[in-house]
Amino acid sequence: MAHIRLKGISKTFGNHVALKDLDLEIADGEFFVLLGQTGAGKTTTLRLVAGLEKPTAGQIFIDGQDVGDWGAAERDVALVLQQYSLYPRYTVRENLEFPLKSPIRKSSPDEIKAQVDRVAKTLRIEHLMDRKVDRLSGGEMQRVSIGRAIVRRPRVFLMDEPLSALDAKLREALRTELKNLQVNLGATFLFVTHDQVEAMAMGDKIGVLNNGQLVQTGTPHEIYANPVNTFVARAVGSPPMNLINGQVEQGSAVTAAGQRLPFDGHDAAAGRALTFGIRPEDLYLEGGAPVAARVHDVENHGVAKIVTLRLGDSLLQATVPTQTSLKIDEEVRFSWHPEKVVLFDGASGINLRHAG
Amino acid sequence: MAVVSTRAGRLGNRLAITAVILVTLVFLSPIYWITSTAFKPLVLATSVPPTVVFEPSITPFVKLFTKRAQLTAPVDPAVYEAAPWWEKLILDGGERLSRDGKGEIVYSAYPDRFINSLIIAVTSTVLAVSLGTITAYGFSRFRVKGEADLLFFILSTRMLPPIVVAIPMFLMYRAVGLNDTHFGLIILYTAFNVSFAVWLMKGFIDEIPKEYEEAALVDGYTRMQAFFKIVLPEAATGIAATAVFCFITAWNEYAFALILTNRRAQTAPPFIPSQVGTGLQDWTVIAAGTVLFLLPVAIFTFLLRNHLLRGMSFGAIRK
Repeated sequence: MAHIRLKGISKTFGNHVALKDLDLEIADGEFFVLLGQTGAGKTTTLRLVAGLEKPTAGQIFIDGQDVGDWGAAERDVALVLQQYSLYPRYTVRENLEFPLKSPIRKSSPDEIKAQVDRVAKTLRIEHLMDRKVDRLSGGEMQRVSIGRAIVRRPRVFLMDEPLSALDAKLREALRTELKNLQVNLGATFLFVTHDQVEAMAMGDKIGVLNNGQLVQTGTPHEIYANPVNTFVARAVGSPPMNLINGQVEQGSAVTAAGQRLPFDGHDAAAGRALTFGIRPEDLYLEGGAPVAARVHDVENHGVAKIVTLRLGDSLLQATVPTQTSLKIDEEVRFSWHPEKVVLFDGASGINLRHAG
Repeated sequence: MAVVSTRAGRLGNRLAITAVILVTLVFLSPIYWITSTAFKPLVLATSVPPTVVFEPSITPFVKLFTKRAQLTAPVDPAVYEAAPWWEKLILDGGERLSRDGKGEIVYSAYPDRFINSLIIAVTSTVLAVSLGTITAYGFSRFRVKGEADLLFFILSTRMLPPIVVAIPMFLMYRAVGLNDTHFGLIILYTAFNVSFAVWLMKGFIDEIPKEYEEAALVDGYTRMQAFFKIVLPEAATGIAATAVFCFITAWNEYAFALILTNRRAQTAPPFIPSQVGTGLQDWTVIAAGTVLFLLPVAIFTFLLRNHLLRGMSFGAIRK
């Protein structure tokens, strides 16, 4: 188990800057999720930690040791990829044995068998042991991949979108399983994904990457409730945070289209261009509420309904209880919980609270 | 799966099968010709129109492995009776076997030349395929400075017909003493084939996801171990296809073998036609030599046929 620290990491491929001056710290036993779009630099970060790439600048520490010159084998990390993790032509058992048979480990045959059987039992893949890996389903393959990672008790687990190629149901099942596994092993996980639901559900901490830069690090709650800028506000949450341009006038929030909504404190915000951020669950529909809008669309999600409201030419989303009955194009009135509003600078999109 | 059979579909199938049979016949006809000639008596070998039905004999093969002289007088009946059956075949044809001073039969150089061919073709194939595979792996997996230029340069060695450089090669080989050596032909054929092997193998190795090796690197193996344990087995199809092509090229090469060798390291291709002209043109002996010469390639290809079929459907590895 290990503590990981990335200090001032940059990585360029030719003219393309993949990572820019990245600082990151992952505590021992933490489930850290790197969240970002395709090309944000998530996989590059993972490969740098694994030792498959060398950083252009900066240092990587595992347990306080600078591992810059260490090869992938010496770093004692395990890697699970979205696909192609498993060695073709090998059976499941041979795949699980492979890391233990490495010349640098010199495990005895009895030891190997014991370890492999233990992992097979943990992951419930005992019935697949003699099967060739190309005869496995997607979920079974990923289970074996995870098995091959845990079989040798590495210091760090690196996972590159291991669940993304699976169908929704299986993904959810494995998500829980993986999280349980991490808790039981007490292991340090660095998990990369573009799926914010996955990040929220699994991470002890989330790091949001955008264009090779770490935009925000924090617990899922911090990132959800208090995004550092409008990019994170849009990237995290499903549906995402509503962003409304406007300003503060005489103690009220006034939208660009002129609707007035209640406002709570923050005098510093007065008189400048702002973006109000509000989560859909913090908007509510009520007969006497201050602002009128039309129902654009209603999605029933079972636990709740997500209503899209048309306000002038912008769309807002609100979460309402399932029993609420609404018709398309019906006029409704809504308001928000003023204490939940997040203020962003209108021009830069930076959270005023974070800007200090 | 249910096959929907329509009249048009069946007709199409029949046409396709007919076409395949016709093309196969066209390609097999020279092989039939040479094989039948190898079993014909000399007089039938050149008959016009060609004889199709004849009594096969293995006299040409006996001739292929021996040296003979024309009989100047009828054979002594006692000698004829004492001769083994295969010597009788020669005597019946109006020739006698050459013997050395001690009365031992003098055998022809064909087996030696055949073995030379095997040594040279096999060694150069192994070399070209190994070098080609390693080079292709490097080009496929690492950022090589000037990769495109280097690959083009490698390919460009195949752009002029090899025979253009025959005379310079001959002079160079004579200067450094590589004339008529196995080693000389081996490095020459390796040089011909390696560029081809690099390109072919690069195509195959590019198809193998690099994630496999990276997983092995992380699992505690060196790049070399990952290459042998993971990449090579995956590349087996490509290696087999490349090996067959290289082997055929080296095995069949005629011009350089003719120019650069004459005795010790001479391969079968220049040797077989050299049988013409000692007294008469015995096409049956040439045919017999050729038929035996065809066998190694046929056997080699047959052994690797499963790999080859997969190799033909290039890029069929699941991506």
